[in-house]
Amino acid sequence: MSELEGAERLDRRMITMTAVLTGVIAVVGAVVAGSAMISSGTPAGVTMLAVFGGALVVFGLSVGVDYIRWRATTYRLSEERLELRFSFVLNRRRSLARDRIRTVDVTASPLQRLFGIAAVVIGTGQSGESGESEVKLDAVSRERAHELRRELLRHAADAEPHTDDGTLAELDWRWAAYAPLSVLTPALGAAAVGAVANVASWFGDSDDVVGSVVSDLLIAAALFGYVTVVIGVLLAGAIGALLLFVEMWWGYRLDREPGGTLHVRRGLLTSRSISLEERRLRGAEIIEPLGVRLARAGRVDAIATGIREGGTGQGERTDHKTLLPAAPRAVALRVVSDVLREPDVSGALTGLTPHPRAARSRRLRWALAPVTLVFAVLLTVELAAGDQIATRAGSALAGLVAAVPWVFAVIAVPIAVLLAVDAYRNLGHGLSGRYLVARRGVARRSTALVQRTGVIGWTVRQSIFQRRSGLLTLVATTAAGSGAYTIPDVDVTEGVAFADEAVPDLLAEFIERPGESPATTVTRER
Amino acid sequence: MGNTVRLRPPKNQLNRRCLLWWRARTALVVAPIVAALAFIGFLVAPVLTVFAGIAAAAGLAYGVLMPMWWYRVHRWEVTDTAVYTRTGYFWQESRIAPMSRIQTVDTVRGPLQQLLRLATVTVTTASAKGAVRIAGLDAELAADLAAELTRITHATPGDAT
Repeated sequence: MSELEGAERLDRRMITMTAVLTGVIAVVGAVVAGSAMISSGTPAGVTMLAVFGGALVVFGLSVGVDYIRWRATTYRLSEERLELRFSFVLNRRRSLARDRIRTVDVTASPLQRLFGIAAVVIGTGQSGESGESEVKLDAVSRERAHELRRELLRHAADAEPHTDDGTLAELDWRWAAYAPLSVLTPALGAAAVGAVANVASWFGDSDDVVGSVVSDLLIAAALFGYVTVVIGVLLAGAIGALLLFVEMWWGYRLDREPGGTLHVRRGLLTSRSISLEERRLRGAEIIEPLGVRLARAGRVDAIATGIREGGTGQGERTDHKTLLPAAPRAVALRVVSDVLREPDVSGALTGLTPHPRAARSRRLRWALAPVTLVFAVLLTVELAAGDQIATRAGSALAGLVAAVPWVFAVIAVPIAVLLAVDAYRNLGHGLSGRYLVARRGVARRSTALVQRTGVIGWTVRQSIFQRRSGLLTLVATTAAGSGAYTIPDVDVTEGVAFADEAVPDLLAEFIERPGESPATTVTRER
Repeated sequence: MGNTVRLRPPKNQLNRRCLLWWRARTALVVAPIVAALAFIGFLVAPVLTVFAGIAAAAGLAYGVLMPMWWYRVHRWEVTDTAVYTRTGYFWQESRIAPMSRIQTVDTVRGPLQQLLRLATVTVTTASAKGAVRIAGLDAELAADLAAELTRITHATPGDAT
């Protein structure tokens, strides 16, 4: 049927998989529906007919659709192009030029793995019209998937001779200890507890014995004290985070393949194979969430063009840029150096230029302003209505009510100051070989190393307050990653000089140095 | 601060007809509000006519003074190697995009702009956040500028990422 020479079909096992999956669903559905019908007094014969008929129709339809999809879809890998054809009723043809292919990601869900198939997503790395730049082969045999990946990315190998391929990083199970330190932990725990509470409420509504026992138990557990709950939440969160880590990072390996492709392999249930051409790489980012940072560890993300952030309906896309899970700082630094082909970035990162003290004052003001506001509100309430509240609360608590604003201040002020000082200390920028380094953040400290040739523009922001303190905010725009990397509150002179040095020939003609003739004449447009 | 290195402001101001454009836009927002207030005030609640007066006065002051202010602070410049704009005063923002990284040059003319022979030129680079916008150029100048930018951009090799 195919006029395409050497065309291939998707793997036949996709139909088997659909058959098994819908078969199970149909059987379960039939049992549930059947028992419901019989218990409501429908004659057995009618029930059988309806249930089996329904199950057969569902089964037949989905298998039929999948069979047609399998029959109709062919793909062909030629010297120049990858072509995907779908011809059933309508004809659809997609074709990608092979030399524009930048990513080949292979994923296999647990079910797909059971059947030995995998999905291959081939992208050109163009973030333009979404969907147009990708071809998805959603069922090819596992072997063929990896073969395709190698074949499609080989052109790069011919083009670039420098290949110091090998393994850059492998999973160290000790890294799992960092997983529960993520900010997600309490959220995961809360979600787990919420789910239990939800289940309990289902039981709670009905009168049956099991339900009341379960809900009684849960209530008893709750009564055990808030401490237990908090510990429970954290523990559940920690276990959840650990399980998530195991699922995501099982068998993790970061390789550099011939021709300069970074290849990440990982995943326990869903296996993922993510390839990133170095040509698209514009830098790397070390991300240190607060908890992880306190444990002196950090994660490494790639800054690359053509990684859609979030988009195209695949939530998982975002973690496609992670090159290394949270690992000890030394490991993270080594991986960054290897990935970026820089001798050693750790020196540059410790010697970042600090920002002026005015930046610290700004952060202190930002941190203390809300504290002062809340304190003022509390104090006003205390002064205006403190007596009434105290009499309501009883004499024993009267002293406590008066103390509330002050207790708040004693707790909140040091925290605010600590956060502000930390925020200031984390500010830094510098140059490391071919890379520009920008560091900032408290809850999520980010150290971005952006290729200087990858900076495709500057935005300089200066609020009236910054102008008075002699500060400005530099934003380097790039085609990669989030599109912009911000260096907040640098000294005016130093910042402009830095931007000029980091990306030569871009700012030079717009810079005014002391001693030169001041403000050039303003020409008015016609 | 006399002895600091700094970015000089871009050389060119926008077209003077921008003043009219901004004023017309302000009027289009303020006038319906004033009219509605005055109408309802005239019919039912006379107190609203006072508010209408206040809104009209505020709108008039805003529409007269602010454009003069904006006209002073909006600047742009195109050199052989870069496009450079500056906007704002309280939150001043300067954007520089190198000519070699420009991907698209768009010229947009809204209804008001067409009436006033003005145009907005938007220069985008491969960065999602690097677009440079010059709003309020003379239409002819904008067309020439866009053509010139497109020509230079085409002459530059590479995919500008």
